Amino acid sequence: MTFTTVAAPRSYARTPRRGPVTRLLEDERWLAIVLLLPTVVLLGLFIAYPFIKGIMLSVTDTKVGVPGHFVGLQNFVNVWHDGIFRVAVWNTCIYTAIATIFKLALGLWLAVLLNNNFKGKAFTRAFILLPFIIPTVLSTLAWKWMFDPTFSVINWGLYRLGIIDHRINWLGDPDLALISVIIVNVWRGVPFFAISLLAGLQTISPELHEAAAIDGARAWQRFRHVTWPLLLPVTLVVMLFSVIQTFADFQLVYVLTGGGPANATQLFSTYAYQIGIGTGLLSQGATISLAVFPVLLVVVIVQLFYIRKAETH
Amino acid sequence: MRVTTRRRFLRLSGLGAVAAGSGGLAGIFVLGRAPAFAQGTTLHWLKFVDFVPVSDQLLRGKIADEAQKALGIKLQVETINGDGVQARISSAIQSKTGPDILMAVNNWAQLYADSAVDVSDIAEEIGKAQGGYYQTARDVAFDGTKWIAVPYTILGALLVNRVSWFKDVGSGPDKFPQTWEEYRAIGKLLKAKDRPYGQTLAHAFGDGPAFWYPYLWSWGGKEVEVDGKTVALNSKETLESVKFAVPFWNDCYDAGALSWDDAGNNRAFLANTISSTNNGASIYLLARSKPDTYLSEQGTPIYKDMFHAMLPKGPGGQFSYHVPFSNIIPAYTPNQKAAKDFLRWFQSKPIYSQWFTSQQGFSVGSTKMWEQDPLWKIDPVMVPFRTAAESGRYAGYAGPAGRAAAEAISKFIIVDMYTKAVQGMAPEDAVKWAHEEMVKIYNG
Repeated sequence: MTFTTVAAPRSYARTPRRGPVTRLLEDERWLAIVLLLPTVVLLGLFIAYPFIKGIMLSVTDTKVGVPGHFVGLQNFVNVWHDGIFRVAVWNTCIYTAIATIFKLALGLWLAVLLNNNFKGKAFTRAFILLPFIIPTVLSTLAWKWMFDPTFSVINWGLYRLGIIDHRINWLGDPDLALISVIIVNVWRGVPFFAISLLAGLQTISPELHEAAAIDGARAWQRFRHVTWPLLLPVTLVVMLFSVIQTFADFQLVYVLTGGGPANATQLFSTYAYQIGIGTGLLSQGATISLAVFPVLLVVVIVQLFYIRKAETH
Repeated sequence: MRVTTRRRFLRLSGLGAVAAGSGGLAGIFVLGRAPAFAQGTTLHWLKFVDFVPVSDQLLRGKIADEAQKALGIKLQVETINGDGVQARISSAIQSKTGPDILMAVNNWAQLYADSAVDVSDIAEEIGKAQGGYYQTARDVAFDGTKWIAVPYTILGALLVNRVSWFKDVGSGPDKFPQTWEEYRAIGKLLKAKDRPYGQTLAHAFGDGPAFWYPYLWSWGGKEVEVDGKTVALNSKETLESVKFAVPFWNDCYDAGALSWDDAGNNRAFLANTISSTNNGASIYLLARSKPDTYLSEQGTPIYKDMFHAMLPKGPGGQFSYHVPFSNIIPAYTPNQKAAKDFLRWFQSKPIYSQWFTSQQGFSVGSTKMWEQDPLWKIDPVMVPFRTAAESGRYAGYAGPAGRAAAEAISKFIIVDMYTKAVQGMAPEDAVKWAHEEMVKIYNG
């Protein structure tokens, strides 16, 4: 008979003493606060602080180098009666609406095309992103040259093709100037729509399309009843971002026209810059910038509502 | 190693601060370094990238070296593009930190008057020694009681024209149109030969005001009365100027100029597409510096076919609008004395003349003494710039060139008044619109 000596279990050494921090973090509520803190600090510093500072400036008469006094809503009243501001509001709405519609239509079309298999697919997808990657100021300078009344390559091309017999004054005619800046915005924004929507398209299972095809659905019907409903949440999010960015667009118009001719392309941001920096009226500049906020807020709320609705469905 | 505790650190810091504040040797020992005034001052000068690159090289090289020797000041020149300077100045003044000297374009000094050091001593001294300031220089740097900036220079603006093309239609340097009517008659003939005039009607911050303000004044129009409050734009004279401008534009000008930025007329002139434009000397100087690049339609250097002339006169007189530059010493800088010493030294004749010569006539100086400079004997084509600044007025006339004048320029009210009329708005409505905008600016 053999006996196996079994060592008596070692009594647990004294559990190491946990520090107060460790004990605190074991509480999930505190842990959540600690984990969220960096984000809250970042958001506070870079979003909340400038926003609140903007509101504070807009209710004073602050000028560059001159501390302001509280003037209530006087700046908003002044802005309301400012004819150039009204032109800027109208221009910004037209600019955003038309540019977004074209960006969506062209972006979706491009995304559907890129979702097919073809030779050089990876290269084409990367190439499509170029307008989005190039610094805006740089690409806009190239467009400015293309729209130049004397040296426009577009005019030259159209003239050579026999389509026009006189120069088109792209940036000198008030209507054409607005159309021109919209064209450049669409050119720059389409890749963002295309790539984002392409990512959305790739999440849609091919089996759904196959099942629809077996049921006799044609290409358009498959798009209308399968692709579009499943792509809608992504589309709305992309549109949300695009609307916000287009509403606040500055560089493009500043470089192309500076808001001219005769304010035909003046936007919220270019006018705010003109007043806030060009004239040193910081509070009025802040007021013009803040005037975008209620409009954007409504747009964002409506879009978020639809996103939620689309996701629920 | 001795560990510095928090208490020890605070105690030493407190002692150091007290000692340094009292200026005693104890402070120097505690802080371990000499006081600021004994170390040699570094001056940070913010300015725009000069149109004449060699002038910036001169500032960074020879003049910086001489400043080090003469004043013990290390000069650090920071240059940024012209359209970014104002944002940078705003940021520096608002945050109360940044360069020790800020170069102001136009009447920016008036916008930042509350944050500028009184430099009356230097400005008066230089003005007295150098034959007095041009009105434009005074308008932008003097706030009515004191000098808030030291005038730096003025960029002259004149009409630059093609000799052969003007001669083709019976005009030329010797028979240049003296009135707007004559200028229009010649322009009509030139446009018929596909050689139109070119002048921006877009939001170009330099060339727009530089032509349309003196055009308005020459008809007797003005923004505001002497009191600086009573807007006087909607007048018979202004209306006449707008009524004349519409057919004048259609008869003589390149329609593409409705979208030109400040470089638009330079490009068009050097590409042989326009015959006359109001501009600084940059077009001529560039063509002269690159004779093999900029050629006329005959294949000869275009600069040999150019001449300069004053803007024509109207019923109200003959005026011009030149771009003034000045240097502000911001109140926030601890180097105020060094900045003053440097500006006094830099603007003195022996030093400034080096910089003035490097400009080749592009700058005409802020004081009248520079009209006698030998520079003007070098090239006869540049001679009209010698006294160009004498006819200069500044925006805001007949009132002061203050904040309201700056706002009117910034909003392009005068330029847009003509643009709207050229685009089809009735002259009366265009003037009324501009007047109402001016009322909001001056009385808002």
